[in-house]
Amino acid sequence: MQISFTLNGRPTTVDVEPATLVAELLREQLNLTGTHIGCDTSQCGACVVHLDGLPVKSCTLLAPTLEGATLLTIEGLEGAPGSNRMHPMQEAFREHHGLQCGFCTPGMLMTAVALATEKKDLTEADVRHGLEGNICRCTGYQNIVVSVMAGAAAMNAAKGE
Amino acid sequence: MGNVIGIGAAPKRKEDQRFLTGRGNYVSDIKRPGMTAGVFVRSPHGHAILRGIDKAAALASPGVIAVLTGDDVKADGLGSLPCGWGISDAKGVPMKEPPFPMLAQGKVRFVGDMVAFVVAETPEQANAGAELLNIDYEVLPSVIGVLEAVRPNAPQLFDDVPDNICCDWELGDKAAVESAFRRAAHVARLSLVNNRLIGNPMEPRAAIAEYEPGTDRFTLWTTSQFPHVVRFLMGALVLNIPQHKLRVVAPDVGGGFGVKQFHYGEEAVITWAAKRVKRPVKWVASRSEGYVSDRHGRDHVTEAELALDENGRFLAFRVNTLANMGGYLSTFGPNIPTNLYGPLLGGVYTTPAIYCNVKVVFTNTVPVDAYRGAGRPEATFVLERIVDVAAAEMGIDRVEIRRRNMIPKEAYPYQTPVLVQYDSGDPMGCLDGALEAADVKGFGVRKAASAGKGKFRGLGYSTYVEACGLAPSRFAGRLGARGGLYESATVRVHPTGQVTVMIGTHNHGQGHETTFAQIVSDKLGVAFENVDIVFGDTDRVQFGMGTYGSRSLVVGGAALSKATDKVIAKGKKIASHLLEAAEADIQFESGKFSVAGTDRMKTFEEIAGAAYVPHDYPLEVLEPGLEEQAYYDPVNFTYPGGCHIAEVEVDPETGTVTLVNYTAVDDVGTVINPMIVEGQLHGGIVQGVGQALFENAVYDEGSGQLLSGSLMDYCVPRADHMPMMKVATHATLCTHTPMGVKGCGEVGTIGSPAAVINAVVDALSHLGVTHVDMPATPNRIWRLLQNASLPVAAE
Repeated sequence: MQISFTLNGRPTTVDVEPATLVAELLREQLNLTGTHIGCDTSQCGACVVHLDGLPVKSCTLLAPTLEGATLLTIEGLEGAPGSNRMHPMQEAFREHHGLQCGFCTPGMLMTAVALATEKKDLTEADVRHGLEGNICRCTGYQNIVVSVMAGAAAMNAAKGE
Repeated sequence: MGNVIGIGAAPKRKEDQRFLTGRGNYVSDIKRPGMTAGVFVRSPHGHAILRGIDKAAALASPGVIAVLTGDDVKADGLGSLPCGWGISDAKGVPMKEPPFPMLAQGKVRFVGDMVAFVVAETPEQANAGAELLNIDYEVLPSVIGVLEAVRPNAPQLFDDVPDNICCDWELGDKAAVESAFRRAAHVARLSLVNNRLIGNPMEPRAAIAEYEPGTDRFTLWTTSQFPHVVRFLMGALVLNIPQHKLRVVAPDVGGGFGVKQFHYGEEAVITWAAKRVKRPVKWVASRSEGYVSDRHGRDHVTEAELALDENGRFLAFRVNTLANMGGYLSTFGPNIPTNLYGPLLGGVYTTPAIYCNVKVVFTNTVPVDAYRGAGRPEATFVLERIVDVAAAEMGIDRVEIRRRNMIPKEAYPYQTPVLVQYDSGDPMGCLDGALEAADVKGFGVRKAASAGKGKFRGLGYSTYVEACGLAPSRFAGRLGARGGLYESATVRVHPTGQVTVMIGTHNHGQGHETTFAQIVSDKLGVAFENVDIVFGDTDRVQFGMGTYGSRSLVVGGAALSKATDKVIAKGKKIASHLLEAAEADIQFESGKFSVAGTDRMKTFEEIAGAAYVPHDYPLEVLEPGLEEQAYYDPVNFTYPGGCHIAEVEVDPETGTVTLVNYTAVDDVGTVINPMIVEGQLHGGIVQGVGQALFENAVYDEGSGQLLSGSLMDYCVPRADHMPMMKVATHATLCTHTPMGVKGCGEVGTIGSPAAVINAVVDALSHLGVTHVDMPATPNRIWRLLQNASLPVAAE
């Protein structure tokens, strides 16, 4: 079947088998391999994307649900136009060593951006609770938590400008 | 022109840009023209005779291209999966080494054992075809636990391995230990289990293989920590592919922790299949598939006894362990519970006599091999737990008993009674640093505050040492290693002075692209951004043994340092010619070759240019070009160590253990990049905390089914399980590695389980609890509290 949606700011139309998962559509058909698949029980969060502004695990969504929707993947996360920098959350992860092997990172970033968008003054407890659906096996989470708090602060500061 | 960023600085990582923007290149991201999809059919039984496989319906299924089984492997005359270590018993009798076929032949020995491989146009078609395979099993009883496996009349995995014992291994002076026990004023005894773990790197394993008939060459992309070793083991010993006809690529790999440092049957089957179907074949494991096929870790049952004199000094230590090997010998399997375990039982103490017996046992479970720490966390757990037991029984403070027995800083190098000689260390310094950082003095106040909330608070110590930087080849060879354990690096200086390093280690999260670039930038005075590190491709990197055993910086970094020194030495010869001065008078500093005592000099770039445009050049005595290679074989292991202090709160109502504080002071030698080292410590500690509190691979004894076969049943730590940890380093320099480095990848996982469990036992000690097995889950603690007839819990 044919579905049309907005993908990372661009109108997109694809022919897809109705049983295709969004994560598979992105990776196999659209060659957007930044969205990762780390499990088969919707536990790990490596596949988190934003559907109409909300974080979702793209391994749990069927492609037809995208009809008319707006989808943002890690490839579409960008810094301020003309700034030559990444998104403040991406910059914060680099600054605070919030990643090691990089496999969970795209999902972590998408969840982190959503957390910071949802609530203004994130506490450490908010961040730890908010990341429950994203598993990282390398960092022990400490630098991820530090990164998310710094990234959220930078997002707020940018919004205030 | 950028900056030199040297040793000790913390530049942001070079590798981050691609990962942060979703542009990493993992195996599952790769697509090849004409690619087919492969699916493994795995045994659903723990133990069964494989009577036959009817392929007909599967082959007739739409899109199915091929179905391969053990019979096809046999018909093609292929080898079985080799074991890289051959250990022997005390009499020198070699271990029992039954073949590990890449696809089962005659029998299956664990749930997940590979029975067939189905290749089709798409993964869906391969799965559909796999469903149609008609496999005739005669199910046999399974044996899971090591205690059960060595009992008379236990199910036998192999006809020629009586009692399922692969090897009855021992180390140490048994008679000296027995004599010390006879003199002892006190003997502490402890029975414990070291729980079976599943590594769970976030990227599931995957592989793609391709065969080019025009050149008769194979390429295998695989999620591996050691592509050159896969090339050797698979090419030379399994598939009979000449080394020069086989390229193995391990691109970005999403975490390893040991799980990806073995040669897996999947790699061999896929490579073999690619030639048979004349098209590229791709396989990506699901997480569930990983649970029953990624090699597991730990799984010991141990009886330990510590003999002490009347002052609490350790006289002798005796350890008897049954170690689970699973259904077959994996690449390093038998080495882990023996050579990486027994020699660490001395710990940081002066115990004069140690004896260790390990029975290495086959069971109907996934093969067990190295998982982060590998043998050393098991040794540390036994030792650090029994030290606490002894302290409690003798009424000696837990810190005091450690101090009384610790090797003083001045006593290094220190020869232990169990093979290894520690070159350097300062356990007392680490202990003092950790006591201060953890605010142990304020613990009483915190404990009282917890009690006020109805919670039990406990403090736990682990003062440990490990052996890493694997490994001195000659020494390892005596212990049974069947390969070398050196590392190699090539430093290629381009005509314009930029540098590309080809190194045999593999970066899968450790930050090598950054750390190694810092070493080159520091030594050659080249800008940090002008150094790139290449790894993970046997066509691009000369050779290498890969990344495991905290060896990359220790052994690979040393090779890199050595190759860099050779570049400088050749540069001096070129400079001597251009500056018309004696070679002995040429100095190299901060990227400049100069004549001592003069202002005559040539920059590194000028020397590189001269080497590649040799018009004014001593061609009679010196080759053009500026590229050097070095192999480095360490003379000893390195011995990182430290002190970890865990503080927990136990809720008696629910049995929940909450880790409230964690402090680590580790001696990892010279620190190249403190940001990266801290990250390694954090990650290692949390994996150890996972073992102590959450993780456990559980099998059903009769059927051999893995009950903890998904992330919903096997609990890995989440962000909200952890407090902010305090980590610091207290360095003594390694005396035999070029930069004084010791390695930091595994210390966290080695030091932490004992610290956490010691804290849990401390929290419950007023109830008479003397030991808690891992993982200390709410269920386990709650049951303990019930048995302790605790008034609050009995309500």
